[in-house]
Amino acid sequence: MTSTVALTVARYRPEKESEPTWETYEIPFRKDWVVLDALNHVKDRLDGSLSFRWSCRMGVCGSCGMKVNGTPKLTCATFLSDYLPGPIRVEPLDYFPVVRDLVVDITDFVRKLKQVKPWIIRKEEKALDEGEYLQTPDQLDAYKQFSMCINCMLCYSACPIYGLEPGFIGPAAIALAQRYNMDSRDQGAAERLEILSEPDGIWQCTFVGECTKVCPKHVDPAGAIQQYKLSAATHWVKSLLLPWGTR
Amino acid sequence: MSAGPHYTPYHPRWYRRHVSVWWWLQNRSYTRFVLRELTSVFVAFFAVVYLWQLRALAQGPEAYGQFLARLKTPFFLALDAVAFLFVLFHAITWFNLTPKAMVVRLRGKRVPDWVVVGSNYAAWLVVSGAVAFILLRG
Repeated sequence: MTSTVALTVARYRPEKESEPTWETYEIPFRKDWVVLDALNHVKDRLDGSLSFRWSCRMGVCGSCGMKVNGTPKLTCATFLSDYLPGPIRVEPLDYFPVVRDLVVDITDFVRKLKQVKPWIIRKEEKALDEGEYLQTPDQLDAYKQFSMCINCMLCYSACPIYGLEPGFIGPAAIALAQRYNMDSRDQGAAERLEILSEPDGIWQCTFVGECTKVCPKHVDPAGAIQQYKLSAATHWVKSLLLPWGTR
Repeated sequence: MSAGPHYTPYHPRWYRRHVSVWWWLQNRSYTRFVLRELTSVFVAFFAVVYLWQLRALAQGPEAYGQFLARLKTPFFLALDAVAFLFVLFHAITWFNLTPKAMVVRLRGKRVPDWVVVGSNYAAWLVVSGAVAFILLRG
């Protein structure tokens, strides 16, 4: 049984390096350790200067996304034992600017997320005393999958289109737009379509499909985007044939 | 910048990685994706051959005979074989992706992916069968 495993971590210390370098740490191998545990071991025992982002340790907060052996992963859900005998290579997510070591700047994603208005839009709010907006289990089912997104941005790191066209709104934001479009309580689909049918919206996606593969929550952003394309195209044909019918 | 990185806590110096021209060789699914995109060239190739055929047909039996003779040269046979493989790859990969774009609901329940894919293949078979029937009948 292996007693230690090599963890090769990308380091970037902007005060003294102009490019990231690699540093290798020997860490004890434990069957129940995930990559995040190993990083915390490094931080606590070997090198306190290592910087990375994490919070919940249980695949809910979406903070600890990094590339493990080249694939975007939630490090809290990636077991060391799946990468034996090592070395295990940990890098920051692709296509986001690196702030330090494994920490990336996520401003771009947050801005795009806000752009697609991921909240329930009503033409007219019901008065409070009229009660809740009711929904059947089937109606919930229509969007539930897309609502599982935890904004971990693994899909952005897996998307070569986002790398090549940084303006692309991107998989998670579009999946979340679709989450609200499919919600029976929402009436904002037209507003969102205006943003998403722009050149940087859904039509940038060429359906590489990697976003869906790396998604730890099985949201299937690639599916969301293609479904969105289909409904946008149908909407366009309808508005062409029946200009008075789509308003 | 030649003179070392300038860094202050308030103006972090970000590192931005550039996407290599060879990004699509980084992993197998990217390569498959680029190959799938490339298949469109071969689909277009078949369309051009078809237009060429129509033109030859309009020019009369002699021109059409020439067209057929040219298609039988080893160069065109090889090109056709390669193009056919790519078109097959095109059809199969896109058929397999249809359930992602098409969510069919029957009685409130989502039709399983394999049914959507399967009905595409079934339609393909039926159409191919019909074409084969028309061609081989006489």
